[in-house]
Amino acid sequence: MSLLRAILAHPSGRIGGVIVGVYLLIALLGLLGMTPHDPLMQFRVDRLHAPDAVYWMGTDLFGRDVASRLMLGISQSFVVAFASVALAATAGTVLGLAAAWFGKGWDGLIMRVMDVLLAFPAILLALLIIAVVGPGTWTSVAAIAIVYTPIFTRVVRGPALSLKTRDFVDAARTFGSSRHYILTRHLMLNLVAPLTVQVTLALAWALLTEAGLSFLGLGTQPPASSLGLMLSDSRNLIEMAPWLLIFPGLAIMIGILGFNLLGDALRDILDPKMRRAAA
Amino acid sequence: MTPLLSVRDLHVGFGRDPAAHEIVRGVSFDLDAGETLAIVGESGSGKSVTALSINRLIDFGGGRITRGAIDLRRADGGVIDLAAAPERALTKIRGGEIGMIFQEPMTSLNPVLTIGEQIEESFRLHRGLTGRQATAAAKDALDRVRIPDAARRLKYTPHQLSGGMLQRVMIATALSCNPRLLIADEPTTALDVTVQAQIMALLAELKRETGMAMIFITHDIGLVAGIADKVMVMQAGEAVEQGALDAVLDTPQHPYTRHLLGAVPHFEAGRAARSDYRRPEPPVAPPALTVEGLTVRFPVTGGLLRRRTGNVHAVDGVDFDLMPGETLAIVGESGSGKSTTARAILGLVQPTRGAFAANANTRESGNRAPVQMVFQNPYASLNPRLRVDSILAEPVIAAGGRLSAETTARMTMLLERVGLPLDSLQRYPHEFSGGQRQRLCIARALMLNPSVVVLDEAVSALDVSVQAKVLELLVDLQKEFGLAYLFVSHDMAVVERIAHRIAVLYAGQIVEIGDARSVLSAPRHSYTKQLIAAVPSIDRRHETFALDLRQVPSLIRPLGFEPEEAAWQRFGADHLARAEG
Amino acid sequence: MNYLTRRLVTFPLVMLGVSILVFVSIRLVPGDAITAMLGTEAGLLTPDQRAALEAYFGIDQGWLVQYGRWLAGALQGDLGISVTYGKPVLDVILERFPLTLELALLSMAIALLVGLPAGVFAATRNERSSDLVVRILAMIGQSTPNFVVGLLIIFVLSVGFGVLPVMGTFTPFFENPLQNLGQMILPAITLGFAFAASVTRISRSAMLDVLSEDYVRTARSKGVPALGVIWRHALPNALIPVVTLSGVEFGYLLGGAVIVEQIFALPGLGRMVLDAILQRDYALVQGSVLFIALNFMIVNLIVDLTYALLDPRIRLGDR
Repeated sequence: MSLLRAILAHPSGRIGGVIVGVYLLIALLGLLGMTPHDPLMQFRVDRLHAPDAVYWMGTDLFGRDVASRLMLGISQSFVVAFASVALAATAGTVLGLAAAWFGKGWDGLIMRVMDVLLAFPAILLALLIIAVVGPGTWTSVAAIAIVYTPIFTRVVRGPALSLKTRDFVDAARTFGSSRHYILTRHLMLNLVAPLTVQVTLALAWALLTEAGLSFLGLGTQPPASSLGLMLSDSRNLIEMAPWLLIFPGLAIMIGILGFNLLGDALRDILDPKMRRAAA
Repeated sequence: MTPLLSVRDLHVGFGRDPAAHEIVRGVSFDLDAGETLAIVGESGSGKSVTALSINRLIDFGGGRITRGAIDLRRADGGVIDLAAAPERALTKIRGGEIGMIFQEPMTSLNPVLTIGEQIEESFRLHRGLTGRQATAAAKDALDRVRIPDAARRLKYTPHQLSGGMLQRVMIATALSCNPRLLIADEPTTALDVTVQAQIMALLAELKRETGMAMIFITHDIGLVAGIADKVMVMQAGEAVEQGALDAVLDTPQHPYTRHLLGAVPHFEAGRAARSDYRRPEPPVAPPALTVEGLTVRFPVTGGLLRRRTGNVHAVDGVDFDLMPGETLAIVGESGSGKSTTARAILGLVQPTRGAFAANANTRESGNRAPVQMVFQNPYASLNPRLRVDSILAEPVIAAGGRLSAETTARMTMLLERVGLPLDSLQRYPHEFSGGQRQRLCIARALMLNPSVVVLDEAVSALDVSVQAKVLELLVDLQKEFGLAYLFVSHDMAVVERIAHRIAVLYAGQIVEIGDARSVLSAPRHSYTKQLIAAVPSIDRRHETFALDLRQVPSLIRPLGFEPEEAAWQRFGADHLARAEG
Repeated sequence: MNYLTRRLVTFPLVMLGVSILVFVSIRLVPGDAITAMLGTEAGLLTPDQRAALEAYFGIDQGWLVQYGRWLAGALQGDLGISVTYGKPVLDVILERFPLTLELALLSMAIALLVGLPAGVFAATRNERSSDLVVRILAMIGQSTPNFVVGLLIIFVLSVGFGVLPVMGTFTPFFENPLQNLGQMILPAITLGFAFAASVTRISRSAMLDVLSEDYVRTARSKGVPALGVIWRHALPNALIPVVTLSGVEFGYLLGGAVIVEQIFALPGLGRMVLDAILQRDYALVQGSVLFIALNFMIVNLIVDLTYALLDPRIRLGDR
């Protein structure tokens, strides 16, 4: 709880935290179907209707309510982002810890495989995976997770390597503490902070990638809603119906901004280097 | 005549409201040309902040001079108040009239510029020299600080030189434009004691040559005895006492000065050695620890195929034994192999060969791990995310025990013994000071009733007055639990207070071993003599050292190299020195 | 063994891994390749025609043989034939590459020209309001997806000024530099926007770290004026993270900016790969992915060489 208080005391943490909180609420409402209108319902008489009291953010080419589709899109993006980051963080933590702990051959093998994955521009690797499996929501999850795994592996391996040489781990060795004890109590417990920061920043990035893939038509498939898809659909209607661009564009930008701000704040709060400077 | 520097009622604060967060509170002093003032104090006393305020570098560290004047008499006779001077005027004075050297030579030089570029810069800024002229001037500056082969060293980058060499380069840079004042902020704290002696000798010599004034910041009052004319003692941002060197050292007025002079270990050439123990002859009990032929070598590889080309002989055939209740100090400088010896005994480093045997503590029951260790850095040796009860329980759990009432009882008993409050169990390491943390580490090492505790530079990271208290605690615990200590340290003054016996390690080998008093008062091996001569002491007033540019021999040996069998010369009942060829 | 040799030794290893990954993933596509290529028409093939086609595309043997042949070909610059274009894969790639390279260079130039001075400036104004403004802008820049930026640019141009970006046929730079730049500038700004924001953030934090180093204090104690401290003493030490970030971003851009090429209708590498995937032109997918990964790794190698230039500790090999 002291972490929550620290976030709220941090200027960008406060803004980021509020944004993320509001988005989580929207995503939850979207998932529960509590939207102003049925997001799939086509109000044919009200096609490309400008925003008003009934359609808060207007309607699209098929007469569907933009606000409702936006809420659904946010939940969709969040599901993909959280699922893929959870997968990547788990895989990266296991691989990074293994590489750092076993060292030598294992380290070399794991890190070379990660180098191979990192040799692809992120979106290209995602495209390749989609080429193999075919487009869809869960393909996006897998693709984003695979792209982000090497990054988590590095984020874990670096600090784990330096923790391994810290005096308190040496001390544990002189007592004869078990490998399990050292890994969980001395390494994992101290990795929670850098991982939290990285998870937050990764969520921002995952939202961005999911939107990009959907924008290209390779992520979420219509008629389901997604922010990227909405933007893609708005392309030829910019002049006629700018609300189709403005609202989803702002929604995605502010969402990513929220996670980035929160991530920055968490880094300030959790980074031991910063804390030492303040003490 | 007006003094060179006159500081009046200096106040320095930090943060958004500097006046409310003052680190220096009303310091005043005068310094004449050619005079040396030593500012002595512990960490947090404001001594470095005072120094950095004089050339106003404090502005860049978040500090602000809130009150007071710093009057500097300039070369042309005019007087400028540095506390109020604009930045433009200050850049002319920094480097030109006031030079400065710092504590960490390794990080104080720019890693991407060559030594030559960094010295030439001063000549360019203050003398307008460029090109070949600047290079020639830089070479002369290096010659002046007695760096051999100066012309070639100009092209080196900092990481290619040792700490001692880098501090010489720093001095050369600071003195390049003949400043009339040199501020030296703990310039030898990060260096080995023999290197420290060299730097002090160099500073003394340069001071004579150039007639500059100097402000010397240090925590070690013994160090300034050889160089200072005046001493100012600082505590909590205030100058509690100042005066001529002899007056302050011989008749200290303020209780804090007396405390610094009395409670803090000063080297006394064996006179302060412990006399509470004498090796029984013949031995009455089996030794707590025996080490025979301990050798640790690290492979050196080279080439594309990482072929093994040689070995670093970090520890090369070390033998000793340690009796219950006895302290053996292993002393040596960096690279001597003293820490590697300690780590090898604890199994943190795999010895290449050699044997050691530890015997269980006979006075205490339930001994489960005969050798335990306390590390140098109390901030790094406690997991910041674990509570003290988990930290103290770890050795017990590792030894297959469980968190029983008995374990908790031992925790509270040990906490009380090391002088920590009982509610410490529920707290985290960051809630404790450095000294308290080291007490925690000691308590943790005693959880399993060891017979031997290896103390690797265990008090080196602590402030001097905290050091004294932890040393007292260690002596008490030794008597109470019958512990044998293997005390690894570079600090001769500390060693003198705790050791019964001393082993001097040089380049991986013991060169002298024996009774502490005997070794410290009558060293026999040439290295031990050099080491002891280099230790600063308040008794050695106005004494300078001869310059000596010997380098430590390389520890890298070709494959298959074996050192010669040591020949020992005996000097008295318990004092051996290696014969020198 | 020093840092650079180690990088040079692992380079072919990683490249081999990349080629295996690319090759295997394409083989994992469900269904047989001929059907994948020809769609329903594949059903009209006689067994002989089918066999001839398989031999033509080199898919009549086991995976290992196929991989060996492909790799041997790739090493000689032969990446096979693209079905959609009816041309050698390498030719198709090289046709698209100049545009992609130009776009990447332009965006990086924008990013460095804007980001580096902004970051350095903000670092020297730490915690003052001008620093805050730079930080907020950079944060927004980093959080805005490039397709939002691109669409907003088009929106502002069309609604505000009634003009649309030129989206006709693409003019290569050496044919008509002005017309070419006119076509490239908006996509380059779109890509450079977030890139500049990242450069700003990283150069600011790197400068802040370096400005608190001991050697900066030493420089000040020598009387080096403020600008000299920043440009001569601090910046060279702060460049390594900036170079790393720029290298990675530039390497990514060399893989084609799929989305921005799509928005501005530019015939670059990214769109080609996307089309190849949608058309199931697997020789082209395979070849271009390999090509892009190779580019990316070469850029990384150049970045490593730059480290050595910037930092003697790396140059003299003890890291």
